[in-house]
Amino acid sequence: MMSPALNAVIPIICVTLAGLTCMLAEAFRARGERLPIGGLGIIGLVGAGVSSVLLWGRHAESFGVVVADDFGLFVGLVLIVIGILTIAFSPSLIERDNLPQGEYYALLLFAIAGMMLMAVATDLVIIFLALEVFSLSIYVLTGMRREVFASTEAAFKYFLLGGFSSALFLYGIALTYGIVHSTRLDRIGTAMAAQSDAASPLVLVAMGLLLVGFAFKVSAVPFHMWTPDAYEGAPTIVAGFMSTAVKAAAFAAFVRVFLSALDPLRADWIPVVWALAICTMILGTVVGVAQSNIKRMLAYSSIAHAGYLLVALVAGNSSGKASILFYLLVYAITNLGAFALIALLGTREAPLEQLDAYKGLWYSRPVASFLLTVFLLSLGGFPPTAGFVAKWYVFTAAVTAGQYTLAIVGLLTSVVSVFFYLRVVVLMYMSGQVEGPAATALPRTAMAALVASVLALFYLGVMPARLLDLAAASISTIF
Amino acid sequence: MAVVPMLSMLIALPLVGAVLLLLIRHREGGHDRVVHRVALGISLVEFLGTLWLWARFDPRLADFQFVERIEWIPSFGIQYAVGVDGISLFLVVLTGFLTPLALLCSWESVHQKVSAFCAFMLALESAMIGVFLSLDMFLFYVFWDAMLIPMYFLIGVWGYERRVYATVKFILYTMAGSVLMLVAIIGLAYTHAAATGGVYSFSYEALLQISVPQHLQFWFFLAFALAFAIKVPLFPFHTWLPDAHVEAPTAGSVILAGVLLKMGTYGLLRFAFPLFPDAATYFAPYLATLAVVGIVYGALVSMVQPDMKKLVAYSSVSHLGFVVLGLCAMNVQGLQGSVYQMLNHGVSTGGLFVIVGMLSDRRHTRLISEFGGLKHVMPKLVAAFFVVTLSSIGLPGLNGFVGEFLILLGAFRWDPRFATVAATGVILSAVYMLWMFQRVNYGTVTNPKNEGLKDLSVRERWVITPIIVMAIVMGIAPSVFLNPMRPAIDRVVARMAEGQPGRLVKLAPAVPKGSQGVARPAAAVGPVSTNSDNRGLTPIAGR
Repeated sequence: MMSPALNAVIPIICVTLAGLTCMLAEAFRARGERLPIGGLGIIGLVGAGVSSVLLWGRHAESFGVVVADDFGLFVGLVLIVIGILTIAFSPSLIERDNLPQGEYYALLLFAIAGMMLMAVATDLVIIFLALEVFSLSIYVLTGMRREVFASTEAAFKYFLLGGFSSALFLYGIALTYGIVHSTRLDRIGTAMAAQSDAASPLVLVAMGLLLVGFAFKVSAVPFHMWTPDAYEGAPTIVAGFMSTAVKAAAFAAFVRVFLSALDPLRADWIPVVWALAICTMILGTVVGVAQSNIKRMLAYSSIAHAGYLLVALVAGNSSGKASILFYLLVYAITNLGAFALIALLGTREAPLEQLDAYKGLWYSRPVASFLLTVFLLSLGGFPPTAGFVAKWYVFTAAVTAGQYTLAIVGLLTSVVSVFFYLRVVVLMYMSGQVEGPAATALPRTAMAALVASVLALFYLGVMPARLLDLAAASISTIF
Repeated sequence: MAVVPMLSMLIALPLVGAVLLLLIRHREGGHDRVVHRVALGISLVEFLGTLWLWARFDPRLADFQFVERIEWIPSFGIQYAVGVDGISLFLVVLTGFLTPLALLCSWESVHQKVSAFCAFMLALESAMIGVFLSLDMFLFYVFWDAMLIPMYFLIGVWGYERRVYATVKFILYTMAGSVLMLVAIIGLAYTHAAATGGVYSFSYEALLQISVPQHLQFWFFLAFALAFAIKVPLFPFHTWLPDAHVEAPTAGSVILAGVLLKMGTYGLLRFAFPLFPDAATYFAPYLATLAVVGIVYGALVSMVQPDMKKLVAYSSVSHLGFVVLGLCAMNVQGLQGSVYQMLNHGVSTGGLFVIVGMLSDRRHTRLISEFGGLKHVMPKLVAAFFVVTLSSIGLPGLNGFVGEFLILLGAFRWDPRFATVAATGVILSAVYMLWMFQRVNYGTVTNPKNEGLKDLSVRERWVITPIIVMAIVMGIAPSVFLNPMRPAIDRVVARMAEGQPGRLVKLAPAVPKGSQGVARPAAAVGPVSTNSDNRGLTPIAGR
């Protein structure tokens, strides 16, 4: 039998095995044979989900550097949801874009495994390892449309900048090790608490470098430059996956490092993250207004959403931490749904990426327009969608922490963001009927996933209490 | 808790209807009529429901009735709490009254996507009724914001040429105001937690129990007042209104003017004033100044409008200024007049938009200069137009008079200066309305296109008759409406009179002056005569 020491990593093992199976399946596939490889991935993800649920509340620990506490498991479950949805959206897109399906699914699953590891890692080196595992997978996924110039360019840009930020992050880890003689978060926390009165410059430098690494991964301003290009160039569904899963994993580690290990130095990093949050929210929304490509628009919107999450991080109180979890889940379902719809509605010839392509979409595709509208309204934070509750929760955390400025800037920028979300709605509904090619029906699994997402958004918008309590309970186990 | 969750049913029925309408498979052709009829049927059932609510409402009680409370997000003390009192009762009835009329008047003018149109109208009705019934700030905000979405689509899809500009302006203006209110609501819940040792509450009644510190009251009131002032709209936040009104389809204009604007004044009366009495007292003169400026400005701008719809839109700015002025007076007459004027404005301005919509359906223009001499062509429509115009002006015997009179009375007792300036608005309203009426309907038919216009159809008679009946009933029997409001309004007045030395000191010299304007000063025995004797007067029209 498996040793109990491995308990904490069982979900990750499930996903990794699924990824390996996908690779093998692809290798043994006869030429022209159609294998439902994505299904193998879903099996692995469901297994990971079940084991995560079974691990809930047990605080399992493996190797002393991985702790499957409820916080990590919650983020892991968010990642599993993202993975299942992504795989459900993918089959027709892979066929259309001519992507190598075995590699696609394998990389997707490896990325998820890395992210899940990042969410439960309690050692800076493991966090770095996880970061690299998923980053490398995503670099490749970004550049997967090899014949498309923009895709390669995006992957290259993302890779270069990502490598650079990883190096800075690693340097931060090295400096931390130099100060504390350990990379374990609990020991770092104890050491920092001991010298919290007057932090040495070296500590501040180390902390700054770690902050840069995280800020890059969550695409906070001014480390956001890669985001629009990467999203625009990547296959649309991959962009959706990146925008949600990477953010979830990076924020999980960000919260764990800054709100537990570096919490004693709060007074030093709060002003910096505060400024990052303000810049991120303002730049994300203001520049988003000027976009004419929907993928770039959603890229800037995702930057703005990173800003809202930073607000919750600055608030740092228990509702702040819980609101990050809730927000990540809601944002994941919403944003992934929006990207998936954009991907599914386009064709190889007409990718539906320019905003003008959405003119009169309501008349040719009423159901798809309705679904996209719900996703956009949820991104804009309208009740009764879950996006409203998520935003409300974040800003409640900010207000109760006395951060009125952040709350006001955040809400005002969210009004600005409503302008560009609604612009798509205006084009779809209000610019009259446009003659176009007859609409083809969306694939059935994708449609089911989209409808499930929309129902989930309404459910969480109307009955959020249970999930809010769950999020609040899961952070109480570690902080 | 009520045996039958009546209020929840009132909120849910139109929404359920809307979803059903969307699920009916849409076919080309004659299907639209069925959809329209089903929607009309649902809205009529809803109207009967609101009347039933009125019938079962106990007019002697000041407290909320039919209250339903369900824990919603317990960790933050958020409840699903609804209830109705004398103030909200009639606004709910008004909503129920106007929605079927709005649906009926869009019978001919809406051709495309009829099921979506009707679904949005019904969803809008749900949200509006929810706004008026909410007793929890979070719930209130949810309805307040959710209401924007259907209105956004109604203006944007079925409106006139510049509809996109108008609808985006409408939604951004309203949101910009309301997000600050959201911060204030959260802050208020946090204040409750601070005052009670960590218990969050968004419940309106619980929040009334705590005393909010002065400096917070200042900011919270400003945030609330901004949100509501944009909605009212109070000068200088009114610029979205003419655009939205002019570009909206007739049904949208009717609902927008008839109900949506009242949400702003209702919010002031229900939330902003009672929750922050000190700040409200402090800011009342400023708000009243804006209101009075709006009254005169709206009237003057109306006078020079070439477009009938725009004229009516600016007249709304003027009329809603009266409502805010009455609220700021914070005495029984002022508040009663305000609530009454909200209802009047819903009926008479709703009626004006209906008639302008009928003219616009016939001629596809709303320019006054295109018309003239309609009296000879369409005598029945012009007769209806005449009654509605007079009701909007405030002719004694029709509804508008009662509200404006009470407001001016209340304002005069508070500060005669405001009342004096506001009174000119009454005269100006006669000028611009009658002048418009004269240019459109009298004289000879100069434009040949007007010669063959058809008079009221049967359907249009069904739209306009209830409005005229209401205008007359509300003009001659105001007590039917004023009496049930009275206890709730007394409660607000009592709340506003609680412990605000600043206000009382400032008011003291005005008392003798104010009393002269009241016909029966001897009747100074009101429910709250303890603090200030100039508040407890029995309202004249309340009898």
